[in-house]
Amino acid sequence: MASFKPTKIQVYPKLGEKVTQDTLYWKNYKAPVQIKEFGAVTSIDFSPVTPHNFAVTAFTRIHIYGPFSQEPVKSFTRFKDTAYCGRFRSDGQLLVAGCEDSVVRLFDVSGKVALRLFKGHTKAVHLTDFTSDRYQILTGSDDYTCRLWDIPNATELTTYTEHTDYIRCGVTSKLNRDLFITGSYDHTVKLFDARVEKSVITMDHGQPVESVLLYPSEGLLVSAGGRHVKVWDLLKGGQPLVSLKNHHKTVTSLALSSNGQRLLSASLDRHVKVYNTTNYKVVHNFDYAASILSLGLAPDDASIVVGMTNSILSIKHRKNQEDSKEIAGQQRRRPSYRVFVKGKNYVPKQDDYLVSKPVKEHLAKYDKQLQRFNVSKALDTALGTYIRFRKPEITVAVIKELDRRGTLKNALAGRDERGLSQLLNFIIGNLVDARFTPVLVTAAEMILDIYQSVIGQSPVVDRQLLRLQDLVKREIEFQKDLLEVLGMLDTMFASSLPRKEVPCSGIGRSNGLTQGEPSTSKPQLQVT
Amino acid sequence: MVEHGDIRVVHCGGSKINFRDPVITHDSRFLLCASGEAVKVFSTSTEECIHELRGHTGLVTGVLLRPSNHLQVYSSSLDGTLRLWDFTDGILIKTCVIGYPIYSFYASAKHENVIFIVASMPSDKRAERFQLVAVHLPQSGDQMVEAQELSAVLSGVNPNPAAIAFGRGGEFIASVNDLQLEVYFFKKQKSYRFFLKEDNKKGGWNTFTCVACHPKDDCIATGHEDGKIRLWRNFNHKKEYTYSTLHWHHSAVSSLCFTPEGTNLLSGGVESVLIQWRYNQESERDFLPRLGGAITHITVSPDGSLFCTSHSDNKITIIQSCVKVSAVIQGLVKGDSIGTDLMMDPRSKALVLNGKPGHLQFYSLQRDKLLYNLDIVQQEYIHESGLQQFEVVKAAFDASGSWLATVEERHQKAAELELNLKLWAFDEQTQSFVLNTTISAPHDAQITAMCFCQPTDSQTTLLVSTSKDGHFKAWQLATPAHTEGTDDEGPSWLCDFVSAYHGLVPECCSFSADGSLLAVVFQEVVTVWSPSTWELLTTLSQPPGAVSDLCFGRLSCSKYLLGTTASNLLCWNLLTCSLEWTTSMDVRRLVADPLSENMAAFCYQSGSTDLFVFKPSEPRPLFSHKAVCSGKVTQAVFAPREEMLESCEESSQWLNRSQLYFLTQQMDLMTFTTKAEEDRLLVSSKQLVIDDSVAMTPFYLLLGKHRQQQQEHQDSDSSLWAERTALPQTSASMKELLQTPAHVLPSTSYLCSMFVQSLLISVSDAREEKAHAEEEMESEKEEEDSEEEMESSRSKPELAAAAATESDTPALTKAQARELRRVRKLDHSWLAGLLDS
Repeated sequence: MASFKPTKIQVYPKLGEKVTQDTLYWKNYKAPVQIKEFGAVTSIDFSPVTPHNFAVTAFTRIHIYGPFSQEPVKSFTRFKDTAYCGRFRSDGQLLVAGCEDSVVRLFDVSGKVALRLFKGHTKAVHLTDFTSDRYQILTGSDDYTCRLWDIPNATELTTYTEHTDYIRCGVTSKLNRDLFITGSYDHTVKLFDARVEKSVITMDHGQPVESVLLYPSEGLLVSAGGRHVKVWDLLKGGQPLVSLKNHHKTVTSLALSSNGQRLLSASLDRHVKVYNTTNYKVVHNFDYAASILSLGLAPDDASIVVGMTNSILSIKHRKNQEDSKEIAGQQRRRPSYRVFVKGKNYVPKQDDYLVSKPVKEHLAKYDKQLQRFNVSKALDTALGTYIRFRKPEITVAVIKELDRRGTLKNALAGRDERGLSQLLNFIIGNLVDARFTPVLVTAAEMILDIYQSVIGQSPVVDRQLLRLQDLVKREIEFQKDLLEVLGMLDTMFASSLPRKEVPCSGIGRSNGLTQGEPSTSKPQLQVT
Repeated sequence: MVEHGDIRVVHCGGSKINFRDPVITHDSRFLLCASGEAVKVFSTSTEECIHELRGHTGLVTGVLLRPSNHLQVYSSSLDGTLRLWDFTDGILIKTCVIGYPIYSFYASAKHENVIFIVASMPSDKRAERFQLVAVHLPQSGDQMVEAQELSAVLSGVNPNPAAIAFGRGGEFIASVNDLQLEVYFFKKQKSYRFFLKEDNKKGGWNTFTCVACHPKDDCIATGHEDGKIRLWRNFNHKKEYTYSTLHWHHSAVSSLCFTPEGTNLLSGGVESVLIQWRYNQESERDFLPRLGGAITHITVSPDGSLFCTSHSDNKITIIQSCVKVSAVIQGLVKGDSIGTDLMMDPRSKALVLNGKPGHLQFYSLQRDKLLYNLDIVQQEYIHESGLQQFEVVKAAFDASGSWLATVEERHQKAAELELNLKLWAFDEQTQSFVLNTTISAPHDAQITAMCFCQPTDSQTTLLVSTSKDGHFKAWQLATPAHTEGTDDEGPSWLCDFVSAYHGLVPECCSFSADGSLLAVVFQEVVTVWSPSTWELLTTLSQPPGAVSDLCFGRLSCSKYLLGTTASNLLCWNLLTCSLEWTTSMDVRRLVADPLSENMAAFCYQSGSTDLFVFKPSEPRPLFSHKAVCSGKVTQAVFAPREEMLESCEESSQWLNRSQLYFLTQQMDLMTFTTKAEEDRLLVSSKQLVIDDSVAMTPFYLLLGKHRQQQQEHQDSDSSLWAERTALPQTSASMKELLQTPAHVLPSTSYLCSMFVQSLLISVSDAREEKAHAEEEMESEKEEEDSEEEMESSRSKPELAAAAATESDTPALTKAQARELRRVRKLDHSWLAGLLDS
């Protein structure tokens, strides 16, 4: 007597990305906090000192947010026009920002009015930064110049006019007070040394440069422009190292994960991509609702802040380890360890005679019902809320099994409005899933056959049937389109592949010859 | 055969054992069942076939214990004879010639020397008219007697043996046919008939299928086509009869049986569930589900302890009091069609083919026994007719037998074809195949052929499958690419290569013996590929007709490729890529012997099949056999022999290394034997005199007695002891172990290893021997000392006895003797301890 064989649940290949350590790490963020700003968020800068406030530059304001507040702790509003590039000094005390009106303003973080105004640029200033000695300011402007300013007396020190287009990005060295890098729309990234008053290294990015980033070691430079992200080796005189092309729109912002192991790039294509900096492979991807202009990463990756063109600032905070533990503890009190090991750790003595207990085979509820041929009940069980939503493959497997037993019709029949609408809901939800289609199409056809007579009696069911019809129609359209694309691809492949010689012909001829002289090769297989 | 008179085509095993209901003997030790032209005697405990009672020349149609002597058994056959056998010794006692083909027969203790047979009466005008005839057996001592006294009892009976039953100790006989129940009372010489309406309201069928009578009570149970069981009472009055209905079965009841005391009624049908109804409390019933195929017969042993069910899948199940299946006697399952070809398992040398639905059966040809069934589909089988279930359609083994590939398909009307390709790895630990990979929908259409690459040295295994969708695919064992993941998955099979040739449908494929070439047939074109680079090397074509079978030559003929078309047998030379020779014959099956160059071709010609055995290098047959069987042969296989034959005759040399088996259209398994082989078999069978159901080994004496609980007399036992010494395994040490009283022996766990060791053939090199000798001398000295101390009076004569046995059985090695002595020493010290206390 064989035991009951349970329903086979088809194991489908896991769709989507594979779960890696990176996925787990980057998924471990809470739901984003969304804050509406006054205009497109062009720049986000984190304060280098705790509590790591961050400055968000949007339209004519700069807001400073605390690490957990959703309201700005401070805002600077004394701009005549659109503000650009609010940046903190390395001590977190001062903040500098450029403006559309070509004036650069320096603020005390605790104050409100600008401490200094640096006037000299003739066009909008998109780049501002402090040098590492804290006494100078670097600015870059749409008038093709970048300048160094002295903070105490607000005077211009040097002007560099090597770029031939707008300067939109730049960064100062954290290790050397004289070195800084600027990126321009003339496709070049230039490394300047204040001591020699001209650029030391020029790198050709190939596209208007939108963002540059220095590694903490300052041996490597990352530049973003167009769809490319390029990594340069500064120690080898600006030799290109890698060129990454993973976005399909302009890359606007770059950030480095705090330990320098991962590089993040944000783009107008609404994605933030995370690269491994050892092999420069994309290891994770974030999707956002609108084109991204700016990206900021808090120290220790505590939060990811993204500013978008639709003036939304999205802040994702990292989940706390303690938090998740606490939630798990609240969720369910599990039986103690003792319950599980009860009687299991008994070691039989030498002379004990072991009587083995037959292992009771556990059957799922639907299997038990199938064993008793309660087909309707088995289908009901398989359509239970949890299974239906979380494990549709079980429901589909039960439907398939019922079909195999030839009792699917019986199981589907005799349902009331609620049951039928539940069933239809499931079918609508999963019919176009390629893994389930063959099974569910049969079931759907049967349902239509069975409930043909009651169409028009219930508005709920009718609506669902219409939805189903719509769905099937659309799916057929898709399939047609896909077939067309396949056909196109086939022709393209066929024309692009080199023509291969089929090595045969010669044999065909020799075969013809053998027919001509059958007497020699024909053996005598005769039975006497 | 005039030419090759010494090679014969013989039936090979696997006859039906579920044709008629089996009989359990009074002591419940043996089970007798009709099997083809013989009666087989099985042991109910070991499932072994002990005897075959051979003598009938027609199909055996019934087996019945002789009511007056329970050690004798009657059997009836279509050859018109009744034979009386002594089944314990397998001796034919008497033959009684009736003269008519007997379809079934009955006997009752009340009617001594009368046998009731069902025979068709040729005197009747109608073609099929059966009568129940009482036959008075003549009382004479002759071996062969002719029954003269025949008297008809009932006419128009059903030839099915289940349709007639004796009631209440033989007072009446009940017979059912179509819609009529007829009860004949012997005392009153009168019969009553009861009719049922053809069709009742619910559309069920009222047709009777079987009948059983209560052994103590006036009650007849009848089974019906619609699954109902009716219990008839008061049937000795024409008008006042009553019946009650039991209903559980959803389709026809095929067998009914009362237990000997009449407390329970057993019923079974297509559902494969044995139901035990309590008599008079019919609402209570016990079920024993999932017994296998549909139940065809149910019998109960005379003491009521064993039930026995026959199943449609050629199986007999023995059940202990409706709770536990204690034994399964399984014959070769032969379905209507063999989707998988006949195959040999390279590991167990067993024949592999479709078995039960969804299973592959492994059948040992040497022992004529089903080894096991491998569940391929792994789904609950629904016993319902007209249901499309998964069927195993293709299977293939790789050369070493470590991989098995199977294809199962389920084809439903109006639905897509469901296909699964499964790959099974042989697990050394469990000694069976374990599912490794399931590929659902490997192709869009049916798979036409499948074969493994068989390179001898390479580690990579390759499987090629061809399908009606015009593609052939190569599958390769590969470790999962993402090794970073923590999930510990072993290697699995992945698709390596897909190809097609001008949209033609590939029909079959074959690898060359060294695995360097793959030939795939696309209708008329044979394409040859290199499996290492997947390059199309060449195409061979022979215009008229599509190539249906393909085979590479082996060993010295490996440069040849053979193909068959509807009218020709073709042989290509792969070195010149040209046709070497061709001959016109309708080859239905071409098989290559894996151990030699020989090929066998089965050709269909004017209603029968001819066999040609040839070497590809020379187009002259080594052997030919006309009209091997009628009908077409589509399945055949070469099975390697366990030991080579040394036949010098040229015509039978091809059978030296392997044996050719084939299946006829009637699903009979046939083989070829030489005369020398048959002679040898005959001799060996004569030598084999089995004195009991279980072989007499020391283990049997230790364990068998408890299990069998057989009442053997002490004197016979002692005579057996004498016999046993002659057996080669017996040695003095063993004997001594077994004869020493248990309470003076050391613990069993200590003795066990020694006991097992003594059964092994000891291999020890000279150096060890020397060391042993030294040890021995020392131990002997010690022994002497100890003996002096002990002053054991008992041990000395025993020693002498041991020495005596040693002298007359030189099989006892020195090592064994020493071990024995050590035991005895240990024994003594223990005894001494006891004495001291």
